[in-house]
Amino acid sequence: MNSVILIAGARLQAVLLLVFSAYMLLRGHNAPGGGFIGGLIAATGFVVYAIACGTADARKALRFDPGSIAGAGLGIALFAGLMAALWGDALFTGQWLFIGETEDDKGIPLSTVLIFDIGVYLVVLGAILSIAFSLEEAV
Amino acid sequence: MTPAGLIPVIIAGSLFIWFAQMIPVIGGGDTLRYVWEWVPSLGVNVSIYIDGLSLTFALLITGIGALVMLYSARYLAGHVHQARFSLYLTSFMLAMIGLVISDNLLALFVFWELTTITSYLLIGFSHDTVKARRSALQALMMTGVGGLALLAGIILIGTTAGTFEMSEINAMDGVLKDSVMYLPIVLLVLAGAFTKSAQMPFHFWLPNAMAAPTPVSAYLHSATMVKAGVYLMARTHPSLAGTDFWLWTLTVFGAITMVFASVMALRQTDLKLALAYTTLMALGALTLLLGNESGYTITAAATFLVVHSLYKAALFLVVGILDAQTGTRDANSLFGLARALPITATAAAIAAFSMAGFPPFLGFIGKELKYAGAIAVASEPIFVAGAVLISSALMVTIAGIVSFRPFWSKSGTPIPNVKEAPWPMLVGPVVLAILGAFFGIFPETLATTLVNPTVAAIIGNAEDAKELQLWAGVNLPLFLSIATFVLGFTLYFYKQKLREILIGMTTRGPSFDNGWDKLMAGIASGSKALTRMIQTGVLYHYMVVTFGTALVVLAVTLWFRSTGIPAMGVPQVELWDWLVFVLVLLGAILTLVTNSRITAIAGLGVVGIGMAMIFILYSAPDVAITQLLVETLVVVLFAAAALKLPHLTPEPLRKRWLDALIAIGLGVVTTVILLKVTTGPIDRELTTFFETASWPEAFGQNIVNVILVDFRALDTFGEIAVVLIAAISIFALLKAKPEEEEQ
Repeated sequence: MNSVILIAGARLQAVLLLVFSAYMLLRGHNAPGGGFIGGLIAATGFVVYAIACGTADARKALRFDPGSIAGAGLGIALFAGLMAALWGDALFTGQWLFIGETEDDKGIPLSTVLIFDIGVYLVVLGAILSIAFSLEEAV
Repeated sequence: MTPAGLIPVIIAGSLFIWFAQMIPVIGGGDTLRYVWEWVPSLGVNVSIYIDGLSLTFALLITGIGALVMLYSARYLAGHVHQARFSLYLTSFMLAMIGLVISDNLLALFVFWELTTITSYLLIGFSHDTVKARRSALQALMMTGVGGLALLAGIILIGTTAGTFEMSEINAMDGVLKDSVMYLPIVLLVLAGAFTKSAQMPFHFWLPNAMAAPTPVSAYLHSATMVKAGVYLMARTHPSLAGTDFWLWTLTVFGAITMVFASVMALRQTDLKLALAYTTLMALGALTLLLGNESGYTITAAATFLVVHSLYKAALFLVVGILDAQTGTRDANSLFGLARALPITATAAAIAAFSMAGFPPFLGFIGKELKYAGAIAVASEPIFVAGAVLISSALMVTIAGIVSFRPFWSKSGTPIPNVKEAPWPMLVGPVVLAILGAFFGIFPETLATTLVNPTVAAIIGNAEDAKELQLWAGVNLPLFLSIATFVLGFTLYFYKQKLREILIGMTTRGPSFDNGWDKLMAGIASGSKALTRMIQTGVLYHYMVVTFGTALVVLAVTLWFRSTGIPAMGVPQVELWDWLVFVLVLLGAILTLVTNSRITAIAGLGVVGIGMAMIFILYSAPDVAITQLLVETLVVVLFAAAALKLPHLTPEPLRKRWLDALIAIGLGVVTTVILLKVTTGPIDRELTTFFETASWPEAFGQNIVNVILVDFRALDTFGEIAVVLIAAISIFALLKAKPEEEEQ
């Protein structure tokens, strides 16, 4: 497709959707969102970008092969699950660290659960893009 | 010698010494048992049980193993895959040892299968020949099918007796024999034993297995692996034997195999094949003897087991030497080689005397005991003794053909320039042959160390073991022995004529081997036809089958499992609900009637978005967002493909009554199920748990996400793995070139 408006719009939209996806990913634990939804939003951004500018450009913008992203995501999720072993807990038990914790405020919460969700995000993103790009290239 | 050739010798030798130092303990009437728990929840233990039976087998396996490995270190020296061969052979040996010392039946089964697999690798060692590959596969299939039967039998034994430890089961008097499961157990166990030990009609894989290098034939297919079936029958003997069924099955199968195999052996001109058939004969004899419970027959079985392993391994190795030094194994072109191969000839002669059952060799004692055992059998002494007579006479003849004619016969000219084999290849046959003579002259050394404990392991006490003696006085077995020699020599002089008759008979008769090929071809074409019927390759058919099955299963379950029509109250329906309903309905109708793909997909998208709205209305924002995003992506992706596809030309609606039936039916059934679910009481235990535990324990207020990443993280991990697998599959489908598929 060769439409200047679409290309310009898609670029802007892709950026916004990516930022939004990160936001959705991070807020997921307490509000609607999370890795699945974040990954879907990010994928939407790239899919629109690929339709507007072609898959070659989209692949370049993504920098990594979508299959590798998905694979890395699965590895990260597994790693997050295995980390529980360091504390002697069962597989996939969440571990938390609250930086700057006070009486009323938990501070900045860091957790293996978040790492796990990032893994989910990457798997969803990579898997969808892997399908979308090769579908685009096949037709 | 290379390390690859030498290391197995050292392993086998050390194991032999280790087992040999147990002889005083076991010979003294004790047994050893070690148990480690492995999978306690399944009752699988690593348990080692060593009694006379195990020890005899273990010594044969490691002792003959060490000699065969020394032999092959030279036989295969310089072969590209010598290291591979050593690995296979050593693995086989370890599996075989595991098989005979495992007390746990499940562990025994694992080792049983391991010997099958290593045997497959060894038979197919010369994998560049079609024959070797076919033989290897045939052996694998035959013994594999038997192995499956055995597994079923073992499970039945375990559930009947309540334990998988064979020593415990044997100690429980009659636990299997009195059970209703006795018949299935015996049938399944014997299916395993008969295929492994190549009893008629499962015998044909064994002669084919001679495609393996000669040391393999000597080791696996005469002295050890094929005896695993015999071992199994001996091991389960205390629990299974003693019934008419056991007696008759083993007697009939054993006798038929024994006579058939010895006649077939006479037909062969390839010395190795002749020996293969005599191995079949020995296996038949052992099966026959194990059918009984009398002291004579079991002593005969235990003795013959050792005798046969010694002389048969020696003779196989001799044939290997003949093959290696002259380049042929054809009985019709080997004459008078005694001068060129003096040591080989001597070893061959001693082993052959044992095989033919001449005094003072161990074979003579073995044969006398066989006759005594045959007379003592409970079923049909005359029939059994006759069968033993025929096959023993034929053994005399074959012994002449294999080890007299090639070395001493003057009826042809010897092949010139034949050199004696190097020492590593001579040690095996010489040691084995001498052992046969030694045990013949001093039979009590064998009796007290191995035979009596073996007998004790099979029938419970060593007192029943009959004495091994060279001179038992003038009795019926002695007359039968004399008859054997007379008959054997007579047959030897008419061997050429007999062979011609046999070849004429066997070429006309049905061939098991061809039958096997037909069976295999039948299975292949059958599954091809079935696949073609199920896998049409038309997407429409798959959809009809999938949804049709779902409809039938759900409807039938609903009909039988649930009573009454769900209560249909008038729900509180807001204006918003109606709008969403109309939207979904319009989307569905649009999808049905349009003949543009894009429109159809957009229509489906409308339906999906309507669903998302329902989720929002009932406050499930996470699900709604996911639904919305997935719908968007699906529409975009499909649109990308649909743009390039031609317009739809749907069948007229009146021709799509089947589709309509399935669609409406599924809709109705799903609706009914949903109504029933919502009207019934809902168990909120889990929901309550998640609601209360989410914040204090998992520090999250969005329960959906907390469940996904924390409470049910392992499930999620499985799901994202599935997502990845699906992506890879679709990727592969899209990237595959159609023309590549057709090739």
